[in-house]
Amino acid sequence: MDAILLQLLNGLDKGSAYALIALGLTLIFGTLGVVNFAHGALFMIGAFIAVSFSKLMEISKITIDPDKVDFLGNPAKIKTPYVIEWFGNFGHWLVEWSVPVSVLLAIPIMILIGIIMERGLIKHFYNRPHADQILVTFGLAIVLQETIKLFFGANPIPQSSPDLLKGSVDFGVLVGFAENTIIYPLWRLVYFCFSAVLIASVFAFLRFTTFGMVVRAGMEDRETVGLLGINIDRRFTIMFGVAAAVAGTAGVMYTPINPPNYHMGMDFLVLSFVVVVVGGMGSLRGAIAAGFLLGIMESFASMPLIKDAIAAIGLPSIDQIIIYLVAVVVLLVRPRGLMGKAGVMEE
Amino acid sequence: MSKLIMNRRGLLKSGAAVGAGVALPTIFTASSAAAYTNEPTGGAVTLGFNVPQTGPYADEGADELRAYMLAVKHLNGEGDGGMMNTFSSKALQGNGILGKKVEYVTGDTQTKSDAARASAQSMIQKDGAVMITGGSSSGVAIAVQGLCQEAGIIFMAGLTHSNDTTGKDKKANGFRHFFNGYMSGAALAPVLADMYGTDRAAYHLTADYTWGWTQQESIQAATEAKGWSTVANVLTPLTATDFSSYVAPVLNSGADVLVLNHYGGNMVNSLTSAVQFGLRDKMVNGKNFEIVVPLYSRLMARGAGENVKGIFGSTNWHWSLQDEGSKAFVKSFGEEYGFPPSQAAHTTYCQTLLYADACERAGTFNPCGVGEALEGFDFDGLGNGPTHYRAEDHQCFKDVLVVRGKENPTSEFDLLEVVQVTPRAQVEYAVDHPMFAGGALGACNPGS
Repeated sequence: MDAILLQLLNGLDKGSAYALIALGLTLIFGTLGVVNFAHGALFMIGAFIAVSFSKLMEISKITIDPDKVDFLGNPAKIKTPYVIEWFGNFGHWLVEWSVPVSVLLAIPIMILIGIIMERGLIKHFYNRPHADQILVTFGLAIVLQETIKLFFGANPIPQSSPDLLKGSVDFGVLVGFAENTIIYPLWRLVYFCFSAVLIASVFAFLRFTTFGMVVRAGMEDRETVGLLGINIDRRFTIMFGVAAAVAGTAGVMYTPINPPNYHMGMDFLVLSFVVVVVGGMGSLRGAIAAGFLLGIMESFASMPLIKDAIAAIGLPSIDQIIIYLVAVVVLLVRPRGLMGKAGVMEE
Repeated sequence: MSKLIMNRRGLLKSGAAVGAGVALPTIFTASSAAAYTNEPTGGAVTLGFNVPQTGPYADEGADELRAYMLAVKHLNGEGDGGMMNTFSSKALQGNGILGKKVEYVTGDTQTKSDAARASAQSMIQKDGAVMITGGSSSGVAIAVQGLCQEAGIIFMAGLTHSNDTTGKDKKANGFRHFFNGYMSGAALAPVLADMYGTDRAAYHLTADYTWGWTQQESIQAATEAKGWSTVANVLTPLTATDFSSYVAPVLNSGADVLVLNHYGGNMVNSLTSAVQFGLRDKMVNGKNFEIVVPLYSRLMARGAGENVKGIFGSTNWHWSLQDEGSKAFVKSFGEEYGFPPSQAAHTTYCQTLLYADACERAGTFNPCGVGEALEGFDFDGLGNGPTHYRAEDHQCFKDVLVVRGKENPTSEFDLLEVVQVTPRAQVEYAVDHPMFAGGALGACNPGS
């Protein structure tokens, strides 16, 4: 039972990353009708905003220590970050909390990147077939990831969570199990909570603000909203920025979980598209539900118990294809996905 | 008077006949003139450096390429000579190879077997490379080694650690300086038994391809010989990025050691997950839970950050070694590039020098002559102590380093500390060892 609960927790955690990326994808598809293959790259750029901020905090004053030598036998250079020298304890705090602070930085930067991306490139492809949109956004994703590699290299760059949020918690004790049966990393729980808050915020924004109401109306009937004299295109452009910010902040918070590298966006992209398709094209609720469902299924498929049972009947391991198997089953039973609407991508 | 009438078909037929007639003597001439593939005819000889320049191992490939360029510089008599000054063989004079200036071409393996074969093929056919070297993955090395055997080119393997490279997939034209999974197990197991005791239960997470399988088999055999038991071996896809669902079950499996048979990005991510799940803080079976990474790389250790602290592994070479060869190489590389070389850089530099030296001693670039010069060659001064290139499988035998993630690093390069230099005798094995069985070296192929 403890093993199942542990994998359930893990699945929710994995699913939260899928759900956040899929949410942004669906927002863009639902508003602008664009299949954005560069969305994974936005997740990656968010992660590298955290890396950049951390590097910025580490810009150091270099002094020579005559008592120590470097690998060539020359006097060693001692680095003291300027931020610590200038601000003392606050500087220490900034260095330690660089990842959460990066979230605040990432929001305006990602909104700006999203708007530039939409106005500068993607808007020229609104009236083109989906295949063209996929090609151009996929090409853009490659350009973005190669640019990141040029500046940051190919190897992963580790990022630390603040000391307060490091380590693990005995989750089992909280839900009535014996000690040391369900240990879970604290930062992964933080990530799950962050995702839940972010998803709730996006839904609240769309549900309870006038701007959100207009956007939802535009998603239902763009032409009629336009006839009412509302500049729906401008609102949709802003929504593109919001979707980019959702992906970017998800990327920032992911950095202490797995050290970011230039390829991480591509790793998530295909899975997120499957999530969107399983959830139903254009359905925000469907994307969230499918994200968590597929995350949980993936976690369970990795359990040794399941792997052994599958091996016992002579089949190969399914942990990397379970998502696609679930997608096949869901699409056979519900061709429009879990919560898909009629008429979306059916022309 | 007859009139010549030529239609399109006639023209094509005549053209083909004339073309074949002209080409025929050329084919025979070429065949008889070149004794082997890409025999150098001018004042230069071209080497092919086939490394990952893009993809997940690009940084490792970049370090390999730096070492290759440094080796070329030294071979051509430029720079301080590096390990040419400490190499026990004195055949190299700093005037190129056999008096020919060394030039090079590079290819991008992308850490994909098909891309690596295509770039090696291009370097052989278009650029006239007489030797191919490189690789940062066993799958790639084995694929390119097979291609070089068919083409009649010497392949000097770079970073490849699978037993299969000089085991079931060994080839007469292929040579490996780097150590292998068996050697890691033989070096690491006694240290692990000393440090953690002989009553341990290990849980293996293993990358699901040739390198992972052979390393896991080697580590399991070596640790079980010391009294450890193996609770489980879970294969993980090479493409996996989040290992949390593989790490989570370890907690309640009854194991008290986690062995990560992962490399590169897999290692960074699985180790990070394991540390995040608090494994290293746990007590299981009355003992501290431990993590082992059998194949360490400084470049990868940098990616894993502070998570590597205190974790044991093995490595082919480390820049902190204090023998004359290592010091000369670190000085030469460090002054050229501003940071110490990785083990990938070291092995590729050595392979280039060893190839050049073999050509000098053989007096030819003919792969069969070069192969004979390398087979059974004993040398020293290249940073690993006395080393032997075994004739039967083309595997180098030398000391192996057991290392541990440093608790208090003094610089960004100071990530690993050498715990033990395992003597060569301890990591040697018979040619017919079961872990290396199944293939034949075959005959040398000079090509052409």
